[in-house]
Amino acid sequence: MAHDTTHAKHAGAKKRIWQVFIILSILTIVEVVLGILKPDFLVHNDLVSLSLLNWIFIVLTIVKAYYIVWAFMHMEHEAASLRRVVVWTGVFLISYLIAILLIEGTYVQEIYTEGYITWDF
Amino acid sequence: MEATTVAKTGTEGQAWGGGEEKPLKASYGKLMMWFFITSDALTFSGFLAAYGFSRFKFIEEWPIADEVFNHFPFLHGVDAPMYYVALMTFILIFSSVTMVLAVDAGHEMKKDKVVTYMALTILGGIIFLGSQAWEWKNFIQGEYGAVETRSGKIIQFVDADGDRIALGEFATASPKDRTQHLEKNGIWYKAEDSFNPLALEDVKRGFEANETLRVRTMQITDEGEKEILTREESLLKLNTTGVGVIEGANLSQNEYGAPLFGGFFFFITGFHGFHVLSGVLILIIVFFNVLVGTYEKRGSYEMVEKVGLYWHFVDLVWVFVFTFFYLV
Repeated sequence: MAHDTTHAKHAGAKKRIWQVFIILSILTIVEVVLGILKPDFLVHNDLVSLSLLNWIFIVLTIVKAYYIVWAFMHMEHEAASLRRVVVWTGVFLISYLIAILLIEGTYVQEIYTEGYITWDF
Repeated sequence: MEATTVAKTGTEGQAWGGGEEKPLKASYGKLMMWFFITSDALTFSGFLAAYGFSRFKFIEEWPIADEVFNHFPFLHGVDAPMYYVALMTFILIFSSVTMVLAVDAGHEMKKDKVVTYMALTILGGIIFLGSQAWEWKNFIQGEYGAVETRSGKIIQFVDADGDRIALGEFATASPKDRTQHLEKNGIWYKAEDSFNPLALEDVKRGFEANETLRVRTMQITDEGEKEILTREESLLKLNTTGVGVIEGANLSQNEYGAPLFGGFFFFITGFHGFHVLSGVLILIIVFFNVLVGTYEKRGSYEMVEKVGLYWHFVDLVWVFVFTFFYLV
């Protein structure tokens, strides 16, 4: 490999780091601003039993996670097989965990508030 | 796929060298770090999903994060929801940036730059840990205090405008006869409970004397705010159901609401803080190895890359904790 190309590649890597930093900062600022303002139409409109605001927070968080893993942890330069091993394992197991626990949590809440026992006396 | 991974780690030919054909085209150390990170990510997901479970169970009475985490250094008494955690998030993201710059400098074999960036990363980690300690201090100390009811719920107090009011502002402690628990006059292996000079009777008396005060329950209304009772209901609630005064938080009760809320706060942010602490320690070890030239001699800074992976993971976890604990 010629010396020049190595140099250019490293300059590119640095640029990428700062780009990702700016993206992460902007996303965080957007989250904080939304969290403080809490716009009414986002809070009071639900999509699949979660308010739009919370969906926005969750989607932005996943976008941030993508940038951290892909750019900072260099996942984009790893073999596709390694990427799949790490990402799909997480995606499947975590979705399962979340689905089970949130469905059960909602069920328990129903029993808790609508059952025949008073919890607040 | 071009390989930016540095192949040589000084373990070639040994049992853990990984051989010629590297599985998943990654070195042994990096592969194991990725596997560790995957399993650790599942642990944290378990915690956060359990938090979600409890939150959904107590969906109508969970504490509102903005009201609990609203402190900022040097701004005493100013309501500053989330600014502080946002600052902590920035500190951690920035330390992630310096970490990835250190890794990048390692690829170029520039020892001095690796040293500088790693030092900055360690500094960021220490600042983050200090911030978390301050956050814990505020949480444990509490601000307004509350009364626990006989069913284990929390009632808080508001003034005429519906703003929170601290117990100390309307109740004064009355003198009480009290025998101190000493080793010689009690059970020697039991320590004395922490003593709160403000008793339930003092709070009741102060509450009755101030006509404008009212009780705020844990129940969340349709407007997303805590329910405030009328004066009559407030008096009834306090006098018939109050069993004790709570100020601050510990593992079994807290003044913010459901006891589980305190438990999850201590456990999730504590477990993350422990990760940051161990990350800082590993960074320091690697930092000294860089200083004495271990990796320069080895011809590869892959160790910096591996600790970098861990450090970014810690940042990644914080991004999720930030969302689910403070925002949602």
